[in-house]
Amino acid sequence: MSKIHIPTPLRQYVGKQSTVEVTGSTVGEALTALVEQHPELRRHLYTEDGRLRAFVNLYVNDEDIRYLQKEATVVNAGDSISIVPSIAGGTLILRSGFQE
Amino acid sequence: MATTTTEIPVILSKEEILRYSRHLIMPEVGMEGQQKLKAARVLCIGTGGLGSPLALYLAAAGVGTLGLVDFDVVDYTNLQRQIIHSTADVGRKKLDSAADKLKGINPFLNLRTFDTRLSSENALELFRDFDIIADGTDNFPTRYLVNDACVLTGKPNVYGSIFRFEGQASVFATEDGPCYRCLYPEPPPPGLVPSCAEGGVLGILPGLVGVMQATEVIKLILGIGDPLIGRLLLIDALGMKFRELKLRKNPDCPVCGTHPTVTKLIDYNEFCGIRGEEKPVSNGVPEIQVEELKRRLDAKEDLFVLDVREPHEYQICNIGGHLIPLNDLPNRVNELDSSREIVVHCKMGGRSAKAVAFLQQAGFKKVNNLAGGITAWAERVDPKVPKY
Repeated sequence: MSKIHIPTPLRQYVGKQSTVEVTGSTVGEALTALVEQHPELRRHLYTEDGRLRAFVNLYVNDEDIRYLQKEATVVNAGDSISIVPSIAGGTLILRSGFQE
Repeated sequence: MATTTTEIPVILSKEEILRYSRHLIMPEVGMEGQQKLKAARVLCIGTGGLGSPLALYLAAAGVGTLGLVDFDVVDYTNLQRQIIHSTADVGRKKLDSAADKLKGINPFLNLRTFDTRLSSENALELFRDFDIIADGTDNFPTRYLVNDACVLTGKPNVYGSIFRFEGQASVFATEDGPCYRCLYPEPPPPGLVPSCAEGGVLGILPGLVGVMQATEVIKLILGIGDPLIGRLLLIDALGMKFRELKLRKNPDCPVCGTHPTVTKLIDYNEFCGIRGEEKPVSNGVPEIQVEELKRRLDAKEDLFVLDVREPHEYQICNIGGHLIPLNDLPNRVNELDSSREIVVHCKMGGRSAKAVAFLQQAGFKKVNNLAGGITAWAERVDPKVPKY
Protein backbone atom coordinates (compact mmCIF):
# COMPACT_ATOMS: atom_id res chain seq x y z
CA MET A 1 0.00 0.00 0.00
CA SER A 2 1.19 3.49 -0.71
CA LYS A 3 -0.30 6.81 0.14
CA ILE A 4 -1.25 9.39 -2.49
CA HIS A 5 -1.42 13.00 -1.32
CA ILE A 6 -4.36 14.77 -2.96
CA PRO A 7 -4.03 18.56 -3.36
CA THR A 8 -6.87 20.82 -2.25
CA PRO A 9 -8.30 21.57 -5.71
CA LEU A 10 -8.74 17.86 -6.45
CA ARG A 11 -10.09 16.74 -3.08
CA GLN A 12 -13.67 17.32 -4.23
CA TYR A 13 -13.26 14.36 -6.61
CA VAL A 14 -12.06 11.91 -3.94
CA GLY A 15 -14.72 12.41 -1.30
CA LYS A 16 -12.82 15.35 0.28
CA GLN A 17 -9.96 13.13 1.49
CA SER A 18 -6.45 14.57 1.71
CA THR A 19 -4.78 11.20 1.18
CA VAL A 20 -5.90 8.01 -0.51
CA GLU A 21 -4.33 4.58 0.06
CA VAL A 22 -3.81 2.51 -3.07
CA THR A 23 -1.95 -0.61 -4.16
CA GLY A 24 0.36 -0.60 -7.15
CA SER A 25 4.00 -1.38 -7.71
CA THR A 26 4.61 1.63 -9.96
CA VAL A 27 3.35 5.21 -10.06
CA GLY A 28 1.30 4.35 -13.15
CA GLU A 29 -0.39 1.42 -11.43
CA ALA A 30 -1.05 3.43 -8.29
CA LEU A 31 -2.69 6.19 -10.35
CA THR A 32 -4.75 3.69 -12.30
CA ALA A 33 -6.01 2.31 -8.99
CA LEU A 34 -6.74 5.85 -7.81
CA VAL A 35 -8.84 6.83 -10.82
CA GLU A 36 -10.64 3.47 -10.73
CA GLN A 37 -11.67 4.25 -7.15
CA HIS A 38 -12.51 7.85 -8.08
CA PRO A 39 -13.49 8.01 -11.77
CA GLU A 40 -14.29 11.75 -11.65
CA LEU A 41 -10.62 12.44 -11.08
CA ARG A 42 -9.56 10.91 -14.38
CA ARG A 43 -10.12 13.91 -16.66
CA HIS A 44 -8.25 16.16 -14.25
CA LEU A 45 -5.15 13.98 -14.35
CA TYR A 46 -5.20 12.58 -17.88
CA THR A 47 -5.83 13.99 -21.34
CA GLU A 48 -8.45 12.35 -23.54
CA ASP A 49 -5.79 10.21 -25.17
CA GLY A 50 -4.66 8.96 -21.78
CA ARG A 51 -1.51 10.98 -21.21
CA LEU A 52 -0.77 12.70 -17.90
CA ARG A 53 -1.62 16.38 -18.09
CA ALA A 54 1.31 18.80 -18.36
CA PHE A 55 0.31 20.91 -15.35
CA VAL A 56 0.08 17.91 -13.02
CA ASN A 57 3.42 16.99 -11.48
CA LEU A 58 3.97 13.75 -9.62
CA TYR A 59 6.48 13.03 -6.93
CA VAL A 60 7.51 9.86 -5.17
CA ASN A 61 8.51 11.06 -1.73
CA ASP A 62 10.32 14.31 -2.66
CA GLU A 63 11.50 13.31 -6.15
CA ASP A 64 9.87 14.40 -9.40
CA ILE A 65 9.07 11.26 -11.41
CA ARG A 66 10.10 13.08 -14.62
CA TYR A 67 13.67 12.63 -13.39
CA LEU A 68 13.10 9.03 -12.26
CA GLN A 69 11.40 6.47 -14.52
CA LYS A 70 8.28 8.56 -15.07
CA GLU A 71 5.11 6.49 -14.63
CA ALA A 72 7.20 3.31 -14.46
CA THR A 73 8.86 4.60 -11.29
CA VAL A 74 8.72 1.86 -8.67
CA VAL A 75 6.71 2.56 -5.53
CA ASN A 76 7.69 0.64 -2.43
CA ALA A 77 5.52 0.02 0.61
CA GLY A 78 5.49 3.14 2.74
CA ASP A 79 6.41 5.50 -0.13
CA SER A 80 4.17 8.47 -0.61
CA ILE A 81 3.09 9.84 -3.96
CA SER A 82 2.21 13.53 -4.26
CA ILE A 83 0.08 15.06 -6.97
CA VAL A 84 1.15 18.70 -7.25
CA PRO A 85 -0.85 20.80 -9.72
CA SER A 86 -0.11 24.44 -10.44
CA ILE A 87 -2.34 26.60 -8.25
CA ALA A 88 -3.34 30.25 -8.34
CA GLY A 89 -5.59 31.88 -5.81
CA GLY A 90 -5.43 35.44 -6.99
CA THR A 91 -7.76 37.43 -9.16
CA LEU A 92 -7.00 37.34 -12.84
CA ILE A 93 -6.03 40.44 -14.72
CA LEU A 94 -8.66 39.56 -17.26
CA ARG A 95 -11.21 37.31 -15.76
CA SER A 96 -12.45 34.37 -17.70
CA GLY A 97 -15.42 32.13 -17.30
CA PHE A 98 -13.84 29.85 -14.76
CA GLN A 99 -13.36 32.43 -12.07
CA GLU A 100 -16.05 34.74 -10.85
CA MET B 1 23.00 38.58 -3.43
CA ALA B 2 25.35 40.46 -5.68
CA THR B 3 23.98 43.94 -5.78
CA THR B 4 25.39 46.38 -8.23
CA THR B 5 24.26 49.44 -6.33
CA THR B 6 26.96 49.51 -3.68
CA GLU B 7 29.58 51.65 -5.40
CA ILE B 8 28.85 54.33 -2.82
CA PRO B 9 29.13 52.74 0.63
CA VAL B 10 25.80 52.76 2.39
CA ILE B 11 25.99 54.56 5.72
CA LEU B 12 23.38 54.12 8.43
CA SER B 13 22.36 57.21 10.37
CA LYS B 14 22.15 57.24 14.17
CA GLU B 15 18.37 56.90 13.94
CA GLU B 16 18.67 53.95 11.60
CA ILE B 17 21.19 52.24 13.89
CA LEU B 18 18.72 52.51 16.74
CA ARG B 19 15.82 51.39 14.56
CA TYR B 20 17.63 48.26 13.35
CA SER B 21 19.36 47.45 16.64
CA ARG B 22 17.73 44.01 16.91
CA HIS B 23 19.23 43.18 13.52
CA LEU B 24 22.59 44.77 14.24
CA ILE B 25 23.23 42.78 17.39
CA MET B 26 22.63 39.56 15.50
CA PRO B 27 25.84 38.29 13.87
CA GLU B 28 23.92 36.87 10.86
CA VAL B 29 22.86 40.39 9.95
CA GLY B 30 25.11 42.88 11.73
CA MET B 31 26.15 46.22 10.28
CA GLU B 32 27.26 44.66 7.01
CA GLY B 33 23.95 42.87 6.55
CA GLN B 34 21.93 45.93 7.41
CA GLN B 35 23.91 47.90 4.85
CA LYS B 36 23.18 45.20 2.26
CA LEU B 37 19.50 45.51 3.09
CA LYS B 38 19.65 49.27 2.68
CA ALA B 39 21.42 48.94 -0.66
CA ALA B 40 18.95 46.35 -1.94
CA ARG B 41 16.20 47.12 -4.42
CA VAL B 42 13.18 44.81 -4.35
CA LEU B 43 10.20 44.99 -6.68
CA CYS B 44 6.85 43.71 -5.34
CA ILE B 45 4.23 42.94 -7.96
CA GLY B 46 0.84 43.65 -6.40
CA THR B 47 -0.16 44.94 -2.99
CA GLY B 48 -2.87 42.41 -2.29
CA GLY B 49 -2.97 39.35 -0.05
CA LEU B 50 0.62 38.23 -0.54
CA GLY B 51 1.97 41.70 -1.33
CA SER B 52 0.69 43.23 1.91
CA PRO B 53 2.81 41.29 4.42
CA LEU B 54 5.65 41.11 1.94
CA ALA B 55 5.94 44.88 1.54
CA LEU B 56 5.25 45.62 5.22
CA TYR B 57 8.01 43.34 6.48
CA LEU B 58 10.53 44.33 3.83
CA ALA B 59 9.96 48.00 4.64
CA ALA B 60 10.23 47.35 8.37
CA ALA B 61 13.39 45.26 7.91
CA GLY B 62 15.17 48.15 6.22
CA VAL B 63 15.18 47.16 2.55
CA GLY B 64 16.39 50.44 1.06
CA THR B 65 14.43 50.63 -2.17
CA LEU B 66 11.04 49.04 -2.53
CA GLY B 67 9.13 49.15 -5.81
CA LEU B 68 5.39 48.49 -5.91
CA VAL B 69 3.41 47.75 -9.05
CA ASP B 70 -0.37 47.92 -8.81
CA PHE B 71 -3.24 49.53 -10.69
CA ASP B 72 -6.10 48.35 -8.51
CA VAL B 73 -8.37 50.11 -6.03
CA VAL B 74 -9.03 48.91 -2.47
CA ASP B 75 -12.28 46.96 -2.33
CA TYR B 76 -14.30 46.04 0.73
CA THR B 77 -13.74 42.31 0.13
CA ASN B 78 -9.94 42.85 0.19
CA LEU B 79 -9.85 43.77 3.88
CA GLN B 80 -10.27 40.17 5.09
CA ARG B 81 -6.63 39.48 4.11
CA GLN B 82 -4.92 42.51 2.51
CA ILE B 83 -3.66 43.93 5.78
CA ILE B 84 -1.75 46.84 4.31
CA HIS B 85 -5.12 48.49 3.57
CA SER B 86 -7.63 49.69 6.13
CA THR B 87 -11.36 50.28 6.05
CA ALA B 88 -10.89 53.99 5.42
CA ASP B 89 -8.88 53.13 2.28
CA VAL B 90 -11.80 51.48 0.47
CA GLY B 91 -12.05 53.21 -2.89
CA ARG B 92 -8.49 54.56 -2.80
CA LYS B 93 -5.75 53.40 -5.09
CA LYS B 94 -3.93 50.47 -3.49
CA LEU B 95 -0.62 52.15 -4.26
CA ASP B 96 -1.55 55.29 -2.29
CA SER B 97 -2.93 53.27 0.59
CA ALA B 98 0.15 51.03 0.70
CA ALA B 99 2.55 53.97 0.38
CA ASP B 100 1.00 55.65 3.46
CA LYS B 101 1.44 52.54 5.59
CA LEU B 102 4.96 51.79 4.40
CA LYS B 103 6.20 55.35 4.86
CA GLY B 104 4.53 55.33 8.26
CA ILE B 105 6.46 52.22 9.25
CA ASN B 106 9.76 53.34 7.81
CA PRO B 107 10.37 56.92 6.65
CA PHE B 108 13.89 55.95 5.52
CA LEU B 109 12.37 53.78 2.79
CA ASN B 110 12.91 54.84 -0.79
CA LEU B 111 9.53 53.87 -2.20
CA ARG B 112 8.98 53.72 -5.94
CA THR B 113 5.40 53.23 -7.05
CA PHE B 114 4.32 52.19 -10.53
CA ASP B 115 0.64 52.82 -11.17
CA THR B 116 0.32 50.34 -13.97
CA ARG B 117 -0.56 46.79 -14.86
CA LEU B 118 2.57 44.68 -15.26
CA SER B 119 2.68 43.71 -18.92
CA SER B 120 4.92 42.25 -21.57
CA GLU B 121 5.54 45.82 -22.73
CA ASN B 122 6.82 47.22 -19.43
CA ALA B 123 8.15 44.25 -17.42
CA LEU B 124 11.75 44.17 -18.68
CA GLU B 125 12.12 47.92 -18.27
CA LEU B 126 10.64 47.83 -14.75
CA PHE B 127 12.74 44.89 -13.61
CA ARG B 128 15.98 46.47 -14.78
CA ASP B 129 16.24 48.82 -11.79
CA PHE B 130 15.70 46.10 -9.17
CA ASP B 131 17.73 43.20 -7.77
CA ILE B 132 14.98 40.82 -6.69
CA ILE B 133 11.40 40.40 -7.90
CA ALA B 134 8.63 39.12 -5.62
CA ASP B 135 5.35 38.22 -7.27
CA GLY B 136 2.36 38.78 -5.03
CA THR B 137 -0.35 38.65 -7.67
CA ASP B 138 -0.95 34.91 -7.75
CA ASN B 139 -2.57 34.53 -11.15
CA PHE B 140 -1.32 32.48 -14.07
CA PRO B 141 -0.69 35.16 -16.70
CA THR B 142 1.33 37.37 -14.33
CA ARG B 143 3.16 34.38 -12.93
CA TYR B 144 4.45 33.29 -16.35
CA LEU B 145 5.19 36.88 -17.28
CA VAL B 146 7.20 37.46 -14.08
CA ASN B 147 8.99 34.14 -14.50
CA ASP B 148 10.01 34.74 -18.09
CA ALA B 149 11.01 38.36 -17.43
CA CYS B 150 13.10 37.23 -14.43
CA VAL B 151 14.89 34.62 -16.54
CA LEU B 152 15.47 37.11 -19.35
CA THR B 153 16.82 39.80 -16.99
CA GLY B 154 18.62 37.40 -14.65
CA LYS B 155 16.75 38.43 -11.50
CA PRO B 156 15.63 35.97 -8.83
CA ASN B 157 11.87 35.42 -8.64
CA VAL B 158 10.52 34.91 -5.12
CA TYR B 159 7.33 32.96 -5.64
CA GLY B 160 4.28 32.29 -3.52
CA SER B 161 0.84 30.97 -4.32
CA ILE B 162 -2.23 30.12 -2.30
CA PHE B 163 -5.42 28.18 -2.76
CA ARG B 164 -8.00 28.04 0.01
CA PHE B 165 -5.84 26.74 2.87
CA GLU B 166 -2.92 25.41 0.87
CA GLY B 167 0.16 27.31 -0.25
CA GLN B 168 3.33 26.92 -2.28
CA ALA B 169 6.56 28.88 -2.08
CA SER B 170 9.89 28.74 -3.87
CA VAL B 171 12.69 30.86 -5.31
CA PHE B 172 12.96 30.64 -9.08
CA ALA B 173 15.24 31.90 -11.84
CA THR B 174 18.47 32.22 -9.89
CA GLU B 175 21.58 31.60 -11.93
CA ASP B 176 21.78 27.86 -11.38
CA GLY B 177 18.32 27.13 -10.06
CA PRO B 178 15.14 26.07 -11.82
CA CYS B 179 12.47 28.49 -12.99
CA TYR B 180 8.70 28.18 -12.75
CA ARG B 181 8.55 26.77 -16.28
CA CYS B 182 10.96 23.97 -15.33
CA LEU B 183 8.19 22.94 -12.96
CA TYR B 184 5.16 23.78 -15.11
CA PRO B 185 6.04 24.47 -18.76
CA GLU B 186 2.42 25.47 -19.46
CA PRO B 187 -0.56 26.68 -17.46
CA PRO B 188 -3.64 24.52 -16.99
CA PRO B 189 -6.41 25.05 -19.52
CA PRO B 190 -9.05 27.36 -17.99
CA GLY B 191 -11.84 24.78 -17.94
CA LEU B 192 -9.90 22.41 -15.70
CA VAL B 193 -8.98 24.84 -12.97
CA PRO B 194 -11.45 24.65 -10.12
CA SER B 195 -14.30 27.04 -10.70
CA CYS B 196 -15.36 29.98 -8.59
CA ALA B 197 -17.47 27.60 -6.53
CA GLU B 198 -14.32 26.15 -5.04
CA GLY B 199 -12.45 29.43 -4.78
CA GLY B 200 -11.90 31.52 -1.72
CA VAL B 201 -8.95 31.71 0.60
CA LEU B 202 -8.42 31.60 4.33
CA GLY B 203 -7.45 35.17 5.24
CA ILE B 204 -4.33 34.28 7.19
CA LEU B 205 -2.88 32.11 4.43
CA PRO B 206 -1.53 34.91 2.22
CA GLY B 207 -0.07 36.30 5.44
CA LEU B 208 1.78 33.07 6.09
CA VAL B 209 2.99 32.66 2.52
CA GLY B 210 3.74 36.38 1.99
CA VAL B 211 5.95 36.36 5.08
CA MET B 212 7.74 33.32 3.69
CA GLN B 213 8.38 35.26 0.50
CA ALA B 214 9.68 38.18 2.58
CA THR B 215 11.96 35.78 4.48
CA GLU B 216 13.41 34.45 1.24
CA VAL B 217 13.96 37.97 -0.10
CA ILE B 218 15.86 38.95 3.07
CA LYS B 219 17.96 35.76 2.95
CA LEU B 220 18.87 36.37 -0.68
CA ILE B 221 19.94 39.92 0.13
CA LEU B 222 21.98 38.89 3.15
CA GLY B 223 23.36 35.78 1.47
CA ILE B 224 22.62 33.63 4.50
CA GLY B 225 20.84 30.37 5.17
CA ASP B 226 19.44 27.96 2.61
CA PRO B 227 17.15 29.73 0.22
CA LEU B 228 14.23 27.84 -1.34
CA ILE B 229 16.17 27.43 -4.59
CA GLY B 230 15.41 24.05 -6.17
CA ARG B 231 12.83 23.32 -3.52
CA LEU B 232 9.08 23.72 -3.56
CA LEU B 233 7.61 24.22 -0.11
CA LEU B 234 4.04 22.95 0.27
CA ILE B 235 2.07 24.50 3.09
CA ASP B 236 -1.08 22.91 4.45
CA ALA B 237 -2.50 25.38 6.93
CA LEU B 238 -5.38 23.14 7.94
CA GLY B 239 -3.15 20.23 8.92
CA MET B 240 -0.36 22.72 9.73
CA LYS B 241 1.97 20.49 7.78
CA PHE B 242 4.91 21.59 5.70
CA ARG B 243 6.43 19.35 3.06
CA GLU B 244 9.10 20.04 0.52
CA LEU B 245 9.75 18.66 -2.93
CA LYS B 246 12.97 18.74 -4.94
CA LEU B 247 12.94 20.83 -8.09
CA ARG B 248 15.45 20.45 -10.86
CA LYS B 249 16.52 22.81 -13.57
CA ASN B 250 15.07 21.27 -16.71
CA PRO B 251 17.58 21.30 -19.59
CA ASP B 252 14.59 21.28 -21.96
CA CYS B 253 12.87 24.21 -20.20
CA PRO B 254 11.35 26.49 -22.88
CA VAL B 255 12.77 29.62 -21.25
CA CYS B 256 15.83 28.74 -19.11
CA GLY B 257 16.89 25.49 -20.81
CA THR B 258 19.83 24.90 -23.08
CA HIS B 259 17.86 25.62 -26.28
CA PRO B 260 15.14 28.06 -25.21
CA THR B 261 12.15 28.67 -27.46
CA VAL B 262 10.94 31.66 -25.43
CA THR B 263 13.48 34.41 -25.97
CA LYS B 264 11.23 37.42 -25.50
CA LEU B 265 8.04 38.16 -23.63
CA ILE B 266 4.81 36.91 -25.21
CA ASP B 267 1.07 37.55 -24.79
CA TYR B 268 0.47 35.86 -21.44
CA ASN B 269 -3.30 36.21 -21.42
CA GLU B 270 -3.47 34.35 -24.68
CA PHE B 271 -0.89 31.82 -23.41
CA CYS B 272 -3.13 31.15 -20.41
CA GLY B 273 -6.22 30.77 -22.59
CA ILE B 274 -7.76 34.07 -21.57
CA ARG B 275 -9.14 36.22 -24.29
CA GLY B 276 -11.03 39.45 -24.58
CA GLU B 277 -12.42 41.77 -21.96
CA GLU B 278 -14.07 40.62 -18.80
CA LYS B 279 -17.64 39.62 -19.42
CA PRO B 280 -19.91 37.14 -17.75
CA VAL B 281 -19.56 34.07 -19.89
CA SER B 282 -22.82 32.79 -21.28
CA ASN B 283 -21.47 30.16 -23.71
CA GLY B 284 -24.23 31.17 -26.11
CA VAL B 285 -26.99 29.65 -23.99
CA PRO B 286 -30.38 31.42 -23.81
CA GLU B 287 -30.48 34.15 -21.21
CA ILE B 288 -33.00 36.08 -19.20
CA GLN B 289 -32.31 39.43 -17.50
CA VAL B 290 -32.94 39.91 -13.78
CA GLU B 291 -35.62 42.56 -14.39
CA GLU B 292 -37.57 40.19 -16.59
CA LEU B 293 -37.32 37.38 -14.04
CA LYS B 294 -38.63 39.73 -11.35
CA ARG B 295 -41.54 40.84 -13.54
CA ARG B 296 -42.50 37.28 -14.43
CA LEU B 297 -42.23 36.02 -10.85
CA ASP B 298 -44.38 38.94 -9.67
CA ALA B 299 -46.91 38.02 -12.34
CA LYS B 300 -47.00 34.51 -10.82
CA GLU B 301 -45.91 32.87 -14.04
CA ASP B 302 -44.99 29.20 -13.75
CA LEU B 303 -41.21 29.44 -13.50
CA PHE B 304 -38.88 27.08 -11.69
CA VAL B 305 -35.80 28.81 -10.30
CA LEU B 306 -32.77 26.54 -10.02
CA ASP B 307 -29.76 27.69 -7.99
CA VAL B 308 -26.55 25.82 -8.91
CA ARG B 309 -24.25 27.41 -6.32
CA GLU B 310 -22.79 25.61 -3.31
CA PRO B 311 -24.79 25.18 -0.06
CA HIS B 312 -22.51 27.60 1.83
CA GLU B 313 -23.20 30.25 -0.79
CA TYR B 314 -26.95 29.62 -0.49
CA GLN B 315 -26.60 30.40 3.22
CA ILE B 316 -25.09 33.80 2.41
CA CYS B 317 -28.05 34.81 0.27
CA ASN B 318 -30.66 33.26 -1.99
CA ILE B 319 -33.78 34.13 -3.95
CA GLY B 320 -35.65 31.00 -2.96
CA GLY B 321 -34.41 28.84 -5.83
CA HIS B 322 -34.15 25.07 -5.67
CA LEU B 323 -30.54 24.29 -4.75
CA ILE B 324 -28.57 21.72 -6.73
CA PRO B 325 -24.83 22.51 -6.87
CA LEU B 326 -23.46 22.34 -10.41
CA ASN B 327 -21.31 19.31 -9.65
CA ASP B 328 -24.33 17.38 -8.32
CA LEU B 329 -26.57 18.23 -11.24
CA PRO B 330 -25.84 15.12 -13.33
CA ASN B 331 -26.87 12.87 -10.41
CA ARG B 332 -29.89 14.92 -9.38
CA VAL B 333 -31.33 15.91 -12.73
CA ASN B 334 -34.40 13.74 -11.99
CA GLU B 335 -35.47 16.34 -9.39
CA LEU B 336 -36.29 18.65 -12.29
CA ASP B 337 -39.47 18.71 -14.36
CA SER B 338 -38.57 19.19 -18.03
CA SER B 339 -42.11 20.29 -18.87
CA ARG B 340 -41.75 23.43 -16.74
CA GLU B 341 -39.78 26.50 -17.71
CA ILE B 342 -36.53 26.66 -15.70
CA VAL B 343 -34.38 29.68 -14.90
CA VAL B 344 -30.89 28.73 -13.67
CA HIS B 345 -28.71 31.07 -11.67
CA CYS B 346 -25.41 31.11 -9.77
CA LYS B 347 -23.37 34.00 -8.40
CA MET B 348 -22.42 35.75 -11.66
CA GLY B 349 -23.76 33.56 -14.47
CA GLY B 350 -20.76 31.37 -15.33
CA ARG B 351 -21.68 28.15 -13.57
CA SER B 352 -25.37 28.49 -14.44
CA ALA B 353 -24.46 28.80 -18.13
CA LYS B 354 -22.71 25.43 -17.85
CA ALA B 355 -25.79 24.03 -16.10
CA VAL B 356 -28.07 25.32 -18.89
CA ALA B 357 -25.83 23.76 -21.54
CA PHE B 358 -25.89 20.47 -19.61
CA LEU B 359 -29.67 20.51 -19.22
CA GLN B 360 -30.14 21.28 -22.91
CA GLN B 361 -28.03 18.24 -23.75
CA ALA B 362 -30.13 16.21 -21.35
CA GLY B 363 -33.21 17.13 -23.40
CA PHE B 364 -34.58 20.12 -21.48
CA LYS B 365 -36.13 22.57 -23.94
CA LYS B 366 -37.22 25.48 -21.74
CA VAL B 367 -34.12 26.49 -19.80
CA ASN B 368 -32.72 30.01 -19.44
CA ASN B 369 -29.61 31.34 -17.76
CA LEU B 370 -30.06 34.30 -15.41
CA ALA B 371 -27.59 36.84 -16.83
CA GLY B 372 -25.28 38.20 -14.14
CA GLY B 373 -26.60 35.79 -11.50
CA ILE B 374 -27.67 36.71 -8.00
CA THR B 375 -25.13 39.53 -8.05
CA ALA B 376 -27.07 41.28 -10.82
CA TRP B 377 -30.27 40.58 -8.89
CA ALA B 378 -28.76 42.27 -5.81
CA GLU B 379 -27.59 45.23 -7.87
CA ARG B 380 -30.65 45.81 -10.03
CA VAL B 381 -33.68 44.21 -8.37
CA ASP B 382 -33.32 43.77 -4.63
CA PRO B 383 -30.63 45.78 -2.78
CA LYS B 384 -31.45 43.89 0.42
CA VAL B 385 -29.75 40.81 -1.04
CA PRO B 386 -26.11 40.92 0.11
CA LYS B 387 -23.33 40.75 -2.44
CA TYR B 388 -20.31 38.56 -1.78
